Amino acid sequence: MGLYTFDSSDIPKSDRIPKLIEDLFEKMPVIESARAVLITESYQATEHEPMIIRRAKAFDHILRNIPIIIRDEELIVGSTTIAPRGCQTYPEFSYEWLESEFDTVETRSADPFYISEQTKKELKKANSYWKGKTTSELARSYMEKETLIAMEHNVFTPGNYYYNGVGHVTVQYEKVLAIGYEGIKRQAKQELDNCRVSDGNYIEKSRLLQAMMISCDAAIAYANRYAKLAEEQAKTCKDRRRAAELTRIAQNCRRVPMQGATSFYEACQSFWFVQQLIQIESSGHSISPGRFDQYMYPYYEKDRNQGKITREFAQELIDCIWVKLNDLNKCRDEASAEGFAGYSLFQNLISGGQNAEGIDVTNDLSFMTINATMHVQLPQPSFSVRVWNGSPHEFLIKAAELTRTGVGLPAYYNDEVIIPSLLNRGLTLQDAREYNIIGCVEPQKSGKTEGWHDAAFFNMCRPLELVFSNGMDKGVQVGIKTGPVEEMTTFQQFFHAYQAQMDYMIELLVNADNAIDVAHAKRCPLPFLSSMVDDCMGRGKTVQEGGAIYNFTGPQGFGVANMADSLYAIKKLVFEEEKVTLSEYKEALRLNYGKGLDVEDLTDLTSDVLKGLKEEGQPVGESEVAAVLKSVLEISESDAVKEQGERLLKLINGIPKFGNDIREVDEFAREVAYTYTRTLEKFKNPRGGSYQAGLYPVSANVPLGAQTGATPDGRLARTPVADGVSPAAGKDTHGPTAAANSVAKLDHFIASNGTLFNQKFHPSVLSGKEGLEKFVALIRAYFDQKGSHMQFNVVDKETLLDAQKNPDQYRHLVVRVAGYSALFTTLSRSLQDDIINRTEQGF
Amino acid sequence: MDIMEQKGRIFDIQRFSLHDGDGIRTIVFLKGCSLRCRWCCNPESQEYKIQPMVVQGEEQIIGEDRTVREVMEIVERDRPYYNRSGGGMTLSGGESLCQPEFTKALFMGAKEYGFHTALESTAYSSYEVIEGILPYLDQYLMDIKHMDSSKHKEFTGVPNELIHENARRIASSGLSQLSIRIPVVPTFNDTVEEIRDIAIFAKSLKGIKRIHLLPYHRLGQDKYQGLGRTYLMDHIQPPTAEHMHRLLETAEQASGLPCQIGG
Repeated sequence: MGLYTFDSSDIPKSDRIPKLIEDLFEKMPVIESARAVLITESYQATEHEPMIIRRAKAFDHILRNIPIIIRDEELIVGSTTIAPRGCQTYPEFSYEWLESEFDTVETRSADPFYISEQTKKELKKANSYWKGKTTSELARSYMEKETLIAMEHNVFTPGNYYYNGVGHVTVQYEKVLAIGYEGIKRQAKQELDNCRVSDGNYIEKSRLLQAMMISCDAAIAYANRYAKLAEEQAKTCKDRRRAAELTRIAQNCRRVPMQGATSFYEACQSFWFVQQLIQIESSGHSISPGRFDQYMYPYYEKDRNQGKITREFAQELIDCIWVKLNDLNKCRDEASAEGFAGYSLFQNLISGGQNAEGIDVTNDLSFMTINATMHVQLPQPSFSVRVWNGSPHEFLIKAAELTRTGVGLPAYYNDEVIIPSLLNRGLTLQDAREYNIIGCVEPQKSGKTEGWHDAAFFNMCRPLELVFSNGMDKGVQVGIKTGPVEEMTTFQQFFHAYQAQMDYMIELLVNADNAIDVAHAKRCPLPFLSSMVDDCMGRGKTVQEGGAIYNFTGPQGFGVANMADSLYAIKKLVFEEEKVTLSEYKEALRLNYGKGLDVEDLTDLTSDVLKGLKEEGQPVGESEVAAVLKSVLEISESDAVKEQGERLLKLINGIPKFGNDIREVDEFAREVAYTYTRTLEKFKNPRGGSYQAGLYPVSANVPLGAQTGATPDGRLARTPVADGVSPAAGKDTHGPTAAANSVAKLDHFIASNGTLFNQKFHPSVLSGKEGLEKFVALIRAYFDQKGSHMQFNVVDKETLLDAQKNPDQYRHLVVRVAGYSALFTTLSRSLQDDIINRTEQGF
Repeated sequence: MDIMEQKGRIFDIQRFSLHDGDGIRTIVFLKGCSLRCRWCCNPESQEYKIQPMVVQGEEQIIGEDRTVREVMEIVERDRPYYNRSGGGMTLSGGESLCQPEFTKALFMGAKEYGFHTALESTAYSSYEVIEGILPYLDQYLMDIKHMDSSKHKEFTGVPNELIHENARRIASSGLSQLSIRIPVVPTFNDTVEEIRDIAIFAKSLKGIKRIHLLPYHRLGQDKYQGLGRTYLMDHIQPPTAEHMHRLLETAEQASGLPCQIGG
């Protein structure tokens, strides 16, 4: 039995919601310059002050001056840009990429933004101040030469935090709801009063506490600006209904977030300011509301018990918040936009699960959050549900109904794996039980953690390429020398070479992440955010400096399925059956199994040959270059190469693949995943925390696959690598239970930064009550086998193909990409194709 | 002989089946059938002999001999899904009763493993064979195709008396939960009268659980070509949703039983 009784019945959607959504999606999102201009002004005026004070003063300057707007019919107010779904820029992290993409950002395929000439001019002027002052420049200066080479050669990419704020956090919303920023300010003041000027950490701690107080005042001032605006608009509004709403909005903003909320409506408004303002302070994404159904519940329950609010109005307010979560936006550089396609901010909100004592706390709001996602049918929030053996069946059936709508939400998370995996990372049992999810799939305890989730993409395929090339890539020594692959005589030897290349690259990855970590602490400490994370006040440190109780760094590896299939094929074909030699394999991979080479591959091969000639002391002039290129081209297209490629592909095709519930292969995949997860967990970050692996790619498996040569599993060069821990596309041919069983055999506990398992269903799988029951049984059974996460796309292939042809008719079509949902028509063509090609399960 | 070593001939094992008995199930398709239904969507199941079939341009060999143990090892893999959904193993075909020893051994084996069992069957067999398996069978999903024996014979190759007699005996045995499945095939049995007659017959069966109306579909069409056979139902369109709904109402009224479209 859970702690609460609940009402699972549907609540109709108010007419306000479709209108808010229509206004929001009317136009292409716009880049605005106000924040960049204001932060630059403030920085110029505070150059002699400590960085933490400068940050707080800049935050204050922005909030007192940034243009504000109340959108038509809004009940919850607070917009970061004047244009709907617009975005501000954050030059203190990086700006060069945006300037160089000024003229293409409007027409690029992934996540385009409109930018006016006036804005470009203002941004250019502001940006000129930031040269040499950004976190990305400092981070780069901290990195070793080998690290920069490995990044240049796409072995891993820490682009996320290299160019942007960190984000990826859940703060103490409940604290702001309860005591407001005045209360937080009082706490900071008290902490300051308890300090002695002679304390060892006094200098930094006292400045931080002052900075927190400045930030709290800034937030209060910002809300008061909205109160004033609402009052003014109420006076002139001719529609009496709307005038009354505006008056109520003004009253709310006069009270919260300055003070504690006294009603559910105030709590909603207070929540929203927290959510929005964190994202004005820093550009990080995945600012995750977490357990909204828990910290909002006391306000809802009180209002309901006192008859102050109807379920319908409470639902309308929640729906309004859901719409607002789609009003926030972020412009990323073109490459990152491909990796995080769909304008997504990954604001993960999770319902259901246990409390600190291990009792189920599913409540009315848990159901209403599902209703809200059904009502708005939008990608934000990234909506998740917690599942455990004590989850009410009714709750899961309701969640399955949401899945059936095809919105790609919710994602399902398994308490039975995540809680022990967090215990293993040093969380207390109480904290582990109260976990929520950050961003895509990353579990942590809210208000106590700086998890640095999503710290990099690590391409597990690239180190294998380096085994075949003895560490060389494009004529450069990128990896270590593991010896000529042709001379390896046992599979053990080959596997050790792979592990050695992995180990080396993982160390460089750690070097890159730690460099960026330090750069953020030095140049962009965040006092506002830190005022809502324990124990920043007590330790006198921002979260960037190690102020949080739990500190992690979680870079994610991807391509597990490709590597499992590749290494297994080599083991079988080369060393057991002796049908292929490693030298033949090497040639076939270099020549993409005779399936054609792109310009880059041709250039690489040519330069390899020329390098060999040079080393032999032969002359290398223009005529030699042309001759070599010609012969490389001829060879790559020769019948012999094509035949050899076909032969090899056919042999590979006959080898069992991961994802088909074949024990030997699946156990092998488990070992292959350890080459990443076990190595990584040995390392420490500058905040005193440890590294922990995730196994999920967001949508980077497509763009990063495009930087990956052919792999020994038969995957052709430049094609996508496998998605998450899911089997390689089209390789799981025994249905969803077989695929799930295989994936469950990986060690999900050690990948404590999250794993991601995607399945795609026709809507028919979930038809009727019985369909929902069986769907829930599928999730439960996968979770019984200790899988960690599961998500679903419920659409048919024809729908998606039609949406590609007629995007206008499918503007609201949401698909599950990977760890989040996005509007299908906003995704790049190649990502659309990848989603279409993922094996359709069930029929 | 150890039942686990009993061998029989199957042509497919399909996991994650949602419409062939309770819960999530694994279906084992046995090869060989006494009937020759014109609409059969598994024509490769009809002959007992192992035979080639062209599938998407490539010749495949249909049929293989497996022991009960080998089959159970595959069925075992989805146990967590059966546990959570109340599912288990379903035998289908073909007509499993054409391999009586193997069928019985499979059900006994399944019970050894603790699986829920179901059978999709025409019941065209001597009752002694059926009687032998009933103690190990939880759910009997039995086809009743037509009340008129000559029309039955015309479209399936066999008359219906034995089938109907077996239906009565299975029902009165009380040993297995019985549901009646009616493949609704235009030009054969898709009139309101024909469905009503079957529903009335179903009502007369003691302890019957449910009637399923399974609309004719064309999914098997390509297989006829792959086997070098002619598809006799080329001109038949699947029944419309409205018509199926009308027949559902007919069945409900005539039988007073829970009825549904689909498995």
